[in-house]
Amino acid sequence: MTLTMQPPPQTWTERLHSWVTTVDHKRIGIMYVLYALTFLVVGGVEAALMRLQLLFPHAEFVSPHAFNQLFTMHGTTMIFFVAMPMMFGFVNYLMPLMIGARDMAFPRLNAFSFWLTVFGGLLLYYSLIGGYGLYGDGTAPEVGWWAYAPLTEKAFTRGHSSDYWTLSLLVSGFGSIVTSINVIATVFSMRCRGMKLGKMPLFAWLSATMSVLAILAIAPLTAAQMMLMVDRYLGGHFFDTQAGGSAVLWMHFFWIFGHPEVYVLIIPSFAFISEIVPVFSRKTMFGYPIMVAASVMIAFVSMSVWAHHMFTVGMTASANSFFVITTMAVAIPTGIKIFNWLATMWGGKIRFNAPMLFCIGFLAQFLLAGLTGVMLASAPMTWHLGNSYFVVAHFHYVILGGIIMAVFAAFYYWYPKVVGRIYSERLAKWHFWLFVIGFHVCFDLMHIPGLLGMPRRIYTYEPGRGWEIWNFLVGIGAAIQGVAILVFVWNLIRSARRGAAAGSDPWDAWTLEWATSSPPPAYNFATPPVVKSRRPLWDLKHPEDPDWRYE
Amino acid sequence: MSPTTIFSPATTPARWIFDLSNMVYAVCGAIFVIVGSLLVYAVVKFRRRKGQDASEPAQVYGSKQIELAWTIIPILIVVVLFLSTARVIAFTQKPSFEETAVKVDVVGHQFWWEYRYPGLGVVTANELHIPVSDPARRAPSVLQLYSADIVHSFWVPRLAGKTDLVPNFPNTMWIDPTEPGLYLGQCAAYCGVQHAKMLLRVYVQSREDFAKWVEEQKQPARVTDAAARGREVFERTTCMSCHAIAGTAATGRFGPDLTHLMSRDTLGAGIIPNTRENLRSWIQDPGKVKPGVLMPAMGLDDSELDAVTDYLMTLH
Repeated sequence: MTLTMQPPPQTWTERLHSWVTTVDHKRIGIMYVLYALTFLVVGGVEAALMRLQLLFPHAEFVSPHAFNQLFTMHGTTMIFFVAMPMMFGFVNYLMPLMIGARDMAFPRLNAFSFWLTVFGGLLLYYSLIGGYGLYGDGTAPEVGWWAYAPLTEKAFTRGHSSDYWTLSLLVSGFGSIVTSINVIATVFSMRCRGMKLGKMPLFAWLSATMSVLAILAIAPLTAAQMMLMVDRYLGGHFFDTQAGGSAVLWMHFFWIFGHPEVYVLIIPSFAFISEIVPVFSRKTMFGYPIMVAASVMIAFVSMSVWAHHMFTVGMTASANSFFVITTMAVAIPTGIKIFNWLATMWGGKIRFNAPMLFCIGFLAQFLLAGLTGVMLASAPMTWHLGNSYFVVAHFHYVILGGIIMAVFAAFYYWYPKVVGRIYSERLAKWHFWLFVIGFHVCFDLMHIPGLLGMPRRIYTYEPGRGWEIWNFLVGIGAAIQGVAILVFVWNLIRSARRGAAAGSDPWDAWTLEWATSSPPPAYNFATPPVVKSRRPLWDLKHPEDPDWRYE
Repeated sequence: MSPTTIFSPATTPARWIFDLSNMVYAVCGAIFVIVGSLLVYAVVKFRRRKGQDASEPAQVYGSKQIELAWTIIPILIVVVLFLSTARVIAFTQKPSFEETAVKVDVVGHQFWWEYRYPGLGVVTANELHIPVSDPARRAPSVLQLYSADIVHSFWVPRLAGKTDLVPNFPNTMWIDPTEPGLYLGQCAAYCGVQHAKMLLRVYVQSREDFAKWVEEQKQPARVTDAAARGREVFERTTCMSCHAIAGTAATGRFGPDLTHLMSRDTLGAGIIPNTRENLRSWIQDPGKVKPGVLMPAMGLDDSELDAVTDYLMTLH
């Protein structure tokens, strides 16, 4: 009789328990991303229902109440429960690996903030059940994701629907702030030997920049939510215009969160692009110090542009002009980044695997999104286009055409590392082309009804204003993107079982995450790495021509 | 052509925005073409080709001169764009004109527009009337914007950019259309359940027509014996708590002034034509026509309904 020393296979409850109680940054990162993907599908369904309603004028597919709830939930979900956790997920998983650390600085805090985010998202959707409240007035909130005062005051929004919205953002906001502190602490104190600040991968720089910005941006939002709760339950009058409160005050609070928030999301996207473009062009990043400076500059300037969301509320001419110049100034460091990525590709040997395809899509679409942004920065143009479908098209161009494209690139690039298997390149190419075609049919055309006077957030529209055909085509484009997302999700699921083994370094890449196995062990590195340059794996692979000679 | 396009400006401020926009489109278009071409060129020219050796390309770490070039050129472009923008902002927000044609207080309500002409003693709803401005001697109409409840936004694209109506925070805008006609728009700030059906209609009239319109609107409501029963129902039920009819006991302010209801082309903030059938079904159950409207169904029986409709039909 022989004793086998192998532990028995884990039951599913044991496996679940190990995930729920984990403090491993990689597992938390995966959970963030899966959580975000789930809500991506939810938010996508909400968008699809809205586009169905807008296919034809005077359609009655959903009621006005339902439509207003749909766009409120869609906006809130996509920003707070898709984009933010997606970015924190990638940063959580990758940043410690890239700086050669074994975990985040505060692993238990890391788990805590993830579960806060989860709880926040559940609270938002619990409004569908609990929002009915005492008055039977509505279920999901229908105040728009900006929740402009005084619409959110008791006089105009009874029941508890908007309270779930408030609590949800309060709770998940604390989660984001805590994660940000964790990321900053990790970047600045957990780097491996030899990795000075100037030798960090751009990813680490951008993670820290994004986290600083997140702390600065979420604090005012949290303050405003508390003031709103005081108004609604303790008889305060901050935003209660009927008692002398100020509607404009809420706008300032909201947008001093809201605009930097865009950069909280786009800066990690820059991080993905800055890692992927060099590897697939086979060249080192062009102008690394300038890229760092431009990113920090963007974060800095983005704190002083918020009132460009308020050009129509009647600020003075000098205030309007101030926010015009600060907003336009953002274009300068952003342009520098685009040029540096182009220069990185220049003279390279570009491989067109899925991650690079999505990067190229990002560059073209983000360029266009930036240019419509410059148009909107010109305040008189926003007097027309603000709150119109032009703006809706513009920021979806930023978020889908830019941020989500970068996220797809990141998915395909790091999928072999996380799962240990290669995704299907064929399905990925289907995903890319379907998504790009759907995106352009949907969002290129969506600018036009805005130029023809169609405001956003209307549950139906009048015939005879030249909007019908555009809204119809936009709906078609939305459907094509939906199919693309299904292909993407199917690819993720299928390749996890059937993909070829990836090996530790399938892309012949240069940063530290590729130095360990795929997927990495819980402790990341058997021995802590020591680096001499920004591309430690390049140095290993090219001992005759190492980077540290030139940096 | 779309009646709400921004490409057909009919006033000075709208034309300023139009001219500025064209300049900005041109600059942004040029940038897109140049940078886009560079991207396409890089992708095509530097793609990995079949049969290429596996060696890595030359590693280039950066270049100060090039970085400087693509920093300074965008700065210059931004300065030009900013100066042309600031000029339009200053001209629009600090206008100088000798006289104004008419001053109107615009009050946004959930989900309709109230127009009060303080100098003229006229109150109306949902259909704004203003006189043309003589191109030789500019005399714009000045709108004072107020809100009775939450934030709304006044946007008639052919007349001007939008300005918000914010409670406790009065705003001003001015328009000087030179062509008579009907200009359309709608509320452009989400204001609650029926934000979509808060339509704007601006009737620009010749000076004579406008003077005639004002003369008519100043009159109190016509009293005819034929509609006495309808008037009795109107004043007995709670209609008059919300609606005013000048010259009668009805002085409510929550809903639109009905003194000259039949002089208006539409009902329900521009959503349906003002016909007898529409008026009757509106009074019967406004929520059926415009779900979420604040006017309740009064539960009148058929004969009361006919009587009130007859009465309102006399309010020319």
